[in-house]
Amino acid sequence: MKPKSSLQLAPAAHRPARHDPLYVRILLIGAAVLVVGILVVIPVINVFYQAFGRGISGYFSALFGDRDTRHAILLTLIVAPTAVIMNVLFGLAAAWAIARFRFPGRTALTALIDLPFAVSPVVAGLMLVLIFGLHGYLGPWLRDHDLKIIFALPGLIIATAFVTLPFVARELIPVMEAIGSEEEVAAVSLGARPWQLFWRVTLPNIKWGLLYGVILCNARAMGEFGAVYVVSGRIDGRTFTMPLRVEKLMQEYDSPASFALASVLTLLAIVTLSVKVLVERKTRLDLAEASRLQAPGETT
Amino acid sequence: MSISVRNLSKRFGNFLALDDVSVEVGEGELLALLGPSGSGKTTLLRVIAGLESADSGSVLYDDRDMTRRSARERNVGFCFQHYALFRHMNVFENIAFGLRVRKHKGQVVNDRVNELLRLVRLENLAKRYPAQLSGGQRQRVALARALAIQPRVLLLDEPFGALDAKVRQELRQWLRRLHDEIHMTSVFVTHDQEEAFEVADRVVVMNQGKIEQAGTPADVFERPANPFVMDFLGNVNVFHGRVQNGKAHAGGLEVDYPAYSADVSRPATVYVRPHELEIDEVPLGRTSLEAQVVRTNPTGSAVKVALVAVEFGIELQVELSFQRYAELRLATGDTVYVSPRKATVFVPEGAALDYAI
Repeated sequence: MKPKSSLQLAPAAHRPARHDPLYVRILLIGAAVLVVGILVVIPVINVFYQAFGRGISGYFSALFGDRDTRHAILLTLIVAPTAVIMNVLFGLAAAWAIARFRFPGRTALTALIDLPFAVSPVVAGLMLVLIFGLHGYLGPWLRDHDLKIIFALPGLIIATAFVTLPFVARELIPVMEAIGSEEEVAAVSLGARPWQLFWRVTLPNIKWGLLYGVILCNARAMGEFGAVYVVSGRIDGRTFTMPLRVEKLMQEYDSPASFALASVLTLLAIVTLSVKVLVERKTRLDLAEASRLQAPGETT
Repeated sequence: MSISVRNLSKRFGNFLALDDVSVEVGEGELLALLGPSGSGKTTLLRVIAGLESADSGSVLYDDRDMTRRSARERNVGFCFQHYALFRHMNVFENIAFGLRVRKHKGQVVNDRVNELLRLVRLENLAKRYPAQLSGGQRQRVALARALAIQPRVLLLDEPFGALDAKVRQELRQWLRRLHDEIHMTSVFVTHDQEEAFEVADRVVVMNQGKIEQAGTPADVFERPANPFVMDFLGNVNVFHGRVQNGKAHAGGLEVDYPAYSADVSRPATVYVRPHELEIDEVPLGRTSLEAQVVRTNPTGSAVKVALVAVEFGIELQVELSFQRYAELRLATGDTVYVSPRKATVFVPEGAALDYAI
């Protein structure tokens, strides 16, 4: 079958629907390469170049020799995964509700999930200060109970979780809608308990979409600056996450250390991007299979 | 195990899906719920399975009230219209699912699944995934999966709806044989009257959330309870006329109707199935209609003749045997005389035969 189908494709390849002149193609491709090169490739290379400005030993001492930088790395490794876990739980619940039930306010909920994308992170941070800050609505109550949210770890986590809220839910809603509830009803009819239903039927069906959402959410959570900046109060060795620390080092004219830390974030971004491409391919396949399985009128 | 459904009602928003429905399914019986889409048949099946809850009424298995019990407790086998196989599990795991969630031991699961694979003749495909199966194979996996939990009742929602005609025919006969083998109380939903009549022991005809008629296939087909059932069970010619003194008249047709012997004439409708009409070259007494042949279709098990009744201006459908067709030598435009061998009369509003269940 294979050689035959490639033979059939051959004539089509000779006659594309649009035949642009050579110079148009060179111009367009050149422009695209130029823009990506100047805006993306050169800056990324420069980050690593600057990071290794003091050599490899200088690079590692900039990363791990400084107590505050070490703490910033640790803090990000606490804040980002916690925010991701919160958003996975929220995303699953929200996607389940939106994809499976019809209820008043469903459209409003769908729109509200996107709100954190529309609101500037700085404004998001300010909103949190207005609620949890010393002079905010809950401020006096929190102070009386000796709870600290703003200028402390909980504030960083809440701010990060708010900004990255849409990622998991938005990935899951279309996947769950495409898959439908038929298999879940079948599982119920076969005697599955709610938990068994989720672990054995729903989760395996949405795993790639979920992973994709987690990856995007994590990338954004690690890099979050604006909202965290506002709620952190920037206390050295206490509330500095990696992006905040990068900026602080820059302000202190310690650009090799700043770039060294920035290179770690960049590296994470590159890893995320590659995993994303792989997972994206997997999700597409799953969605294609979902639509294939649902197509009725199959013949033997 | 027998099933009793008593006075079930179910509303979806403004739509009344079930309107005070009561059905009995006998032990070991194969019952068909037959009706057009939106008649409430699937809703009824899902309420029996415990996948949907009714607004009022009750469902009894033998004499135990199951109305408030979960699907798990009811232990029914349910086959879905589009199979609803688990796409990320292979055939073996699909069939094993109900046993696994009930925490059966590995060996028990293995034995039971292998036994079912043999029953549905899919031993060689145990490792395949649903996407790699044909429609008929998927349907059989769905059936095996439903049977794996050793259900007390088997419920099938449009089991052959998504298959092509040939596979559908095969699976129908196979289901009937399977039922004769395992003798499990079964209910299946269909909109195809031929399927219902061929497979089921008893047929329940539904329309707009109500039961129109229940009985054996022969019963329902020979003695339809009302115009809806008459109309739903295949092609029928309809004549509007009147009844008086035990006779129904529609133009040149006269049909006995002893149920109405009153002197006062009332409107009535006469239904005649295509195979119950006779064609002759000369008029036979008073009960014949003059008609012109419009077209003939001699493909299939009988010859289908379309005619226009001169008096009514309506088109008539007649089915003739090939032998009779050859005798008559019908051609388009011929004038012939049509008379009913058998007819069913319905008198609207308050008449004895009308809308009785």
